[in-house]
Amino acid sequence: MAEKRRTIIPIGPYHPLQEEPEFYKLFVEGERIVDIDVRIGYNHRGIEKLAESKHYDQIVYLIERICGICSTSHPIAYVQAVEDIMGDIEIPERALYIRSIIGELERVHSHLLWLGLAGHFLGYNTVFMWAWKYREPVLDIFEVISGNRNHYAMLKPGGVRRDIDDDAIPGIIKILDDLIPVLDMFKGAVLDDPVLAARLKGVGILSKKDIVEYSALGPVARASGIEIDVRKDEPYAAYDRVKWNVITQQEGDVFAKAVVRILETYESISIIKQCLQKMPKGPIDAELKDIPPGEGIGHHEAPRGETFHYVRSDGTNSPVRHKVRAPTFMNFPTFKASVIGERVADATIILAAIDPCYCCTERMSVIDRKSGKQLLAGEQLIKLSQERTKEIARKMGRS
Amino acid sequence: MKALLKSPWVFHLSTGSCNNCDIEILDCLTPRFDIERFGMLLVGSARHADVLLVTGIMTRQSAPAAKRVYEQMAKPCVVVAIGSCSLGQGIFKGSYNAPIPVDEVLPVDAYIPGCPPKPEAMIAGVVKLIQKLQGAK
Repeated sequence: MAEKRRTIIPIGPYHPLQEEPEFYKLFVEGERIVDIDVRIGYNHRGIEKLAESKHYDQIVYLIERICGICSTSHPIAYVQAVEDIMGDIEIPERALYIRSIIGELERVHSHLLWLGLAGHFLGYNTVFMWAWKYREPVLDIFEVISGNRNHYAMLKPGGVRRDIDDDAIPGIIKILDDLIPVLDMFKGAVLDDPVLAARLKGVGILSKKDIVEYSALGPVARASGIEIDVRKDEPYAAYDRVKWNVITQQEGDVFAKAVVRILETYESISIIKQCLQKMPKGPIDAELKDIPPGEGIGHHEAPRGETFHYVRSDGTNSPVRHKVRAPTFMNFPTFKASVIGERVADATIILAAIDPCYCCTERMSVIDRKSGKQLLAGEQLIKLSQERTKEIARKMGRS
Repeated sequence: MKALLKSPWVFHLSTGSCNNCDIEILDCLTPRFDIERFGMLLVGSARHADVLLVTGIMTRQSAPAAKRVYEQMAKPCVVVAIGSCSLGQGIFKGSYNAPIPVDEVLPVDAYIPGCPPKPEAMIAGVVKLIQKLQGAK
């Protein structure tokens, strides 16, 4: 029997599918994907090395710029690592609550952002526009609290840099309350839409076994029935002082991942409101002593999974080693389990389902480039994905 | 050039950014700012674009790819650098993987500072550029 012909479909590195440069190679036989190869490194900026040349206070600004979407997750993990080195430092209660508030606000905006992009890939551009429209008020909250829409610069070792004004709290709570009916609408639109269900259910399944084998994290793991969340497993900031639930789904497909993210947004809003109400008065930062030699770790449940930072100090002003492990780094290899065997038209949404964030993940590597023959350009791939949704809609008589 | 300015189509190129300028660019297209009102459209291929928006420091690996993307664009075209990183490498100055600034790889026409610039700032920057080009014809 003659060997089946394999076709290589390159996606990227500059491609409308993602905002960031990355390079996928899909190996296909007809409609089915048989293998995938990912080449990254376009976004590598040498942050870990740069951190060694900066002061402990300066590093907060540097690592905030690891990623613009989870731009407070990395600082939370980092300041915890530095506080871990110092050991006996006591962080004021109010600062802990503010950390949780900022962390959860970020989850709300990040999940809405993902929902919009996912809608775009499926050809539901209305979802894209609406999700981003309702994301704007969340950015307004950030602007009220920190003065910037993104890159909030709220964290510092020993506490936070800015207080939340008491006068601002009613306004923030009102914006969050207004978000609930919006989320209800999205929930209804996603959960009850038969076309979306047909399009996403059973697509890109990751089993419990896959998750454990690939050590996947965050919403990706929780969508496959694994209850893993650092906020619950090893509480930090104010997460053990408020009531909330870890959201899980059992199916592990793209649909389950969307459901987990939408339901998590409700939990985040509830956490923020509880924190705003319970937040005690008092100072927002502790006085720091010299940082002793030693090593420390810190972690935070970023919107995409656990962010982990390791800092080693030799007693000077700068760390000797700063190691960052972003959640996408762990979720990335699950493509191997989820994409293979699926249709080309489904590739975009499966790749998007883990909410990949390459600027967090970039690692230095030497690659060898072999060019494949280009058969499908980027836009055609998105078009293919959108047409598939239409095809399902037509079959169900809903076009 | 006149035709180009009436409805400029933009292509967005991230050469090593933190994603923030990129989501703010996308933000310009969404209902609150909605620059599509003015005929600006984010397109999927550099070959269709009149304006190239560059974000982020120019990393070693991105530089050749960015150059190729620029060469693919139909001329005349305009290059706009967005954000502190693409202006002067920002906080990444001195990184081993950021050998040269963006404007030594691509001919930049306008710079929009900020980390990230607000959507309002981006719109104002592009409007200024268009006015200047109209004056120059």
